[in-house]
Amino acid sequence: MKTILKAQGLNKTYHLGSFPRTIKVRALNDINLTIESDKPVIISLVGESGSGKTTLAKVILRLVQPSSGAVTVAGHTVAGKGTRPSRTEFLRTVQPIFQNPFEAFSQYRTVDAYLLETATRVARLRKDEAVQAVEEALAAVGMQYKDVRGKYPNQFSGGELQRASVARALIPRPQLIVADEPVSMIDASRRMIIINLFLALKQEFQTSFLYITHDLATAYYISDYIAVMNKGRIVEFGDAKQVLSRPQHEYTQLLLDSIPRLDYRWVDRRNAAPGKY
Amino acid sequence: MIRLDNIVATYTTQRGHVNAVDGVTLEIPDSIVMGIAGESGCGKSTLMKVIYGDIGFPLSLSSGMVDYGFVNERGEPVTTENIRREWFRHISYIPQSSMSSLNPVVRIRDQFVDFPATAGRKKEVLAQVRAFVPKLGLPPEAIDAYPHQLSGGMRQRIMVAMATFFQPEVILADEPTTALDVVVQKSILLLLLDLQKEMGNTIMLVSHDMGVHYQITQKMLIMYAAKVVEYADTDDLFQRPLHPYTLMLINSLPTIGDDRARHGLPGSPPSLWEMPQGCRFAPRCPLATALCRKEEPPLLEHERGRFSACHYAASVPELKQTLQAGPRLSEIAHDTAQLTADVERDV
Repeated sequence: MKTILKAQGLNKTYHLGSFPRTIKVRALNDINLTIESDKPVIISLVGESGSGKTTLAKVILRLVQPSSGAVTVAGHTVAGKGTRPSRTEFLRTVQPIFQNPFEAFSQYRTVDAYLLETATRVARLRKDEAVQAVEEALAAVGMQYKDVRGKYPNQFSGGELQRASVARALIPRPQLIVADEPVSMIDASRRMIIINLFLALKQEFQTSFLYITHDLATAYYISDYIAVMNKGRIVEFGDAKQVLSRPQHEYTQLLLDSIPRLDYRWVDRRNAAPGKY
Repeated sequence: MIRLDNIVATYTTQRGHVNAVDGVTLEIPDSIVMGIAGESGCGKSTLMKVIYGDIGFPLSLSSGMVDYGFVNERGEPVTTENIRREWFRHISYIPQSSMSSLNPVVRIRDQFVDFPATAGRKKEVLAQVRAFVPKLGLPPEAIDAYPHQLSGGMRQRIMVAMATFFQPEVILADEPTTALDVVVQKSILLLLLDLQKEMGNTIMLVSHDMGVHYQITQKMLIMYAAKVVEYADTDDLFQRPLHPYTLMLINSLPTIGDDRARHGLPGSPPSLWEMPQGCRFAPRCPLATALCRKEEPPLLEHERGRFSACHYAASVPELKQTLQAGPRLSEIAHDTAQLTADVERDV
């Protein structure tokens, strides 16, 4: 069994406000999480805003220092005490995909410049190898290098640019890709292209994904495991299909009840007079 | 009843004129919740702007008019010409982003009474506001706060309060819950439903989430590339859509408990600058034939109260069955695994 992701006693406290009236916010409250598997997995992290899911992602991505505790990804300690690998080595292990691709790429640089730089600096490839790696990564997301070359972010649609950022993340062949709300900025009719891409890449590139979302339906669709967060704690964790069909924790139940479903209504209007209900 | 008569709304841009709403004729009955859905750029927000009467550069109305079906104080019928004077009192608007709609440096109570209708009796109106706010699940003190002191859900409740305070005949809501979490979204939507039930006004709701439409609307309007493609009762539309676009829109996202493989909609909507000849949906439509690529289908009443703009509306239920018999997610994953194995053998 390989350890894909392990968080041990992870805490993060933010201090808000200035000296006399500082408020402590426990964004992560003693998070313990171990995911071991021989095959790559997709783990969903769901919860409302303020539940701490983005903070957990930022800790795993080394963008935020935890107050205490440690995170291990595929044998590398990536956050907390004893963080060993250098930044490039870390970026070869964990790669991010962000919510808004237009903010992730600078509008003054071409998109392929980012891809090539990831290939030369992070994956440490020679120039000719780098071009090949970029071509392969773009092909994996259904795009072609010649269509991307020399183009700036504003020449792409949101969905295309998000696919390009998935391709960028793939170049160093990371063990884990952390995707923070990767489809919430994309038109509902085309979200599934990205979601299905994650499923295909899990098989093809043997990459695990940490999919952070508040959309339980897509989480159900792609994930093997799911962790439900509320107020800085993981309140439920387990097999995704099981957790979402038979939730044990009342908070998971509350989330499930709040989804606007297509098979039953919150308010039954059938017996009401037509026009008014 | 609100009547829209051949509305053509045009944006003036550097490249020239472009029609974001292209010939919409519609009758909306009173006291219903009507949903408007479609992909980004289909013209749904522009249609809302036109109905709100918020027409100004770069938007202009090239043709058509909205007749709101009620009269103003002087007994004149209200149309696009004079709707602006009825803002807030008879027609109101709930925007998507409450943060950028409320003035950040003015207390909420002052924003509530900051328009001509309350001149001279601001104190009296404020007392009424204070009495009204608890109905929306807000503490009365909330109106003394500045916008940044409230949470996103509370701010959206304030926007709902502002839009419903004068009990207007028509409330327009443009993606009112998109920025909110599911739990808060549910409470805001149920609140809107309750208020609508009590006041009997018409709500027009734009949302890209078909689940939201199923939950709270009674009639639905589906738009594609500046045109209406389907208009029907919500129950009928979800049960048996008569336009392939509607069907594919409903089927584009997964639902919990259903492990059918989903692919979203293939392709993207046409650019408003280069409209294809014939049906605008034809390039993405599985039912399209030579007829569709040549002749634009008009919006016809196929059954009582069921409008669809498709040459093959009668074949859509069949298409639904084909889609429902599609491959399961587990089979898809299996295919991919097979594919990887093949590639490795080649190497």
